[in-house]
Amino acid sequence: MSIMNKLRRHSNILVYIVLGIGAVSMIFPFFWMMSTSLKTPYEAVQFPPTMLPSQIDLSNYSEAWSKVNFGRYFLNTIFMALSTLAGVLITSILAAYAFARLDFLGREILFVGMLAVMMIPMPVYIVPGYLILMKFGWIDTYYALIVPWTANVFSIFLLRQHFKTIPKDLYDAAVIDGYSDLGFLFKVVVPLSKPALATISIFSIIGSWNSFLWPLVVTNSDSIRPVQVGLAYFIQEQSTNYTLLMAASTFVVLPLIVLFFIAQKQIIASYARSGLKD
Amino acid sequence: MYSRRKLFIKGMLFLFPALIIIIIFRFTPILYALRISFYNWGIAGSKGFVGFNNYLSVLQDSEFWIALSNTFWYVITVVPGVVILSLFIAVLLNQNLKVKGLFRTAYFLPVVTSIIAISIVWKWIYHPRIGVANYFLQIIGLDPLLWLDEPRGVFEMIFQRKLPLFFKGPSLALFSLSIMTIWKSLGYNIIIFLAGLQNIPNHYYESASIDGASAWQAFKHLTLPLLSPTTFYVIMMTTIISFQVFAPVWMMTGPPPGGPLGTTNVVVYYLFDKAFNFLKYGYATAVAFILFIIVLALTILQKRFGEKNVHYE
Repeated sequence: MSIMNKLRRHSNILVYIVLGIGAVSMIFPFFWMMSTSLKTPYEAVQFPPTMLPSQIDLSNYSEAWSKVNFGRYFLNTIFMALSTLAGVLITSILAAYAFARLDFLGREILFVGMLAVMMIPMPVYIVPGYLILMKFGWIDTYYALIVPWTANVFSIFLLRQHFKTIPKDLYDAAVIDGYSDLGFLFKVVVPLSKPALATISIFSIIGSWNSFLWPLVVTNSDSIRPVQVGLAYFIQEQSTNYTLLMAASTFVVLPLIVLFFIAQKQIIASYARSGLKD
Repeated sequence: MYSRRKLFIKGMLFLFPALIIIIIFRFTPILYALRISFYNWGIAGSKGFVGFNNYLSVLQDSEFWIALSNTFWYVITVVPGVVILSLFIAVLLNQNLKVKGLFRTAYFLPVVTSIIAISIVWKWIYHPRIGVANYFLQIIGLDPLLWLDEPRGVFEMIFQRKLPLFFKGPSLALFSLSIMTIWKSLGYNIIIFLAGLQNIPNHYYESASIDGASAWQAFKHLTLPLLSPTTFYVIMMTTIISFQVFAPVWMMTGPPPGGPLGTTNVVVYYLFDKAFNFLKYGYATAVAFILFIIVLALTILQKRFGEKNVHYE
């Protein structure tokens, strides 16, 4: 009998209790957010608080939604997320193929140079990124939200690792069949790389949906704001209306929570893979 | 067969879309920032070369040192909290539990949710008068706390006396941010630890069991050393990310952010404030590079120290 078995037999219940308390603590803030969002403003500020709303009040949701332009923020974010994703997929697939398959001069230097970029922390980019976009006249445009994020070193790296596992024989066979590199890439390599592409897409979508500091810096007008920045300004305006704030927070996190429940296995596997890069 | 020249051109064509974006939006900004940091650079552009003056004035600004020491306290509380708790939970989850999937979902949920929404939820939980955190304290018979409004150091509160400088510890306000960050980042690191744990062959434990090792001995002499590359990765990543904390400070503290009494001002908020409230771009980029150098130095130091203690198979 292994030690793990022994451990399990002796302390099974204890393990469940400890993990259960932990899980409840993890879930509680979400529960509290939703519970508050369904209370009347009067009930929400009572102390001691009620755990569940004594009557369900959905009006916070409609009020929060219509108070500022959340519909617009959602559309902006969806547009930003999909455009960024399309860009990331195109640039990563092409670049990863070049790094994995095309043995040209300077390849290694370029690859190492790109990896070095990953070392630079985000805060270094804030000011010069802003000034460069200003020179382009892109401040407060969708370009500023999308274009800088359409290439991603991490995605290129992840995809290159995957492309390298595809046997060279397939390539030789494709060349005999008259495929060009592009034909081979999109008809053979890409269909074989669905899990890796899914991982990249998941990170890209989650990254776009939750991106905050960059959009905060490069946008000014309300009509272009993505949802996190819109929520941040809404929070500043409604500083103490906690029922409205919790309702807004709920519908801002909901799309990703739904996505998470739909593609949970894939998402968790993607995050697990991200840690094994060295 | 292709000629070398043709192959080079083809390689460049494939790389072109990615390369152009990375050159314009990754390489250029870094070089640009380096340049700006040596100039007195404001909203109207350069007002002259100042050499290392921006760096020197950052290092002479007491507010910067307060922000840096706050950031250190934040990192020092978040990193061990994340490492110990996520390792602990991962080890518990790494058994054939019946509802393992359910637990994993619960622990992972905060990872995919936005820091903005999460911040305001926690601010509500921490509300000094009617927050549910104080309600829980009341239930177990403790006095309510001011949480995000509390400038006193946690050690001062524990020992109930005034303490000098570093001995104060982080303010309770800053520590409240650490708690939230630990909560938010546990799930990711649990997943990383679980992946690491599953790479340890089971027969190691079987032979240890035959040798009469206790569960704790097995954990100490097998799990910990064999898991050390993963632990090392988690420590490095959490350190690097924690040094760049911004959104929770901006969302949850103040007004103005960084309060109460500047005890939650962190380096990236300090940078943001100098850049976009004071429009001192040169100065702010100097702050960014100082931060980068500190993080780089710590990474190298951890690597040096870590590699002695990491056991690769």
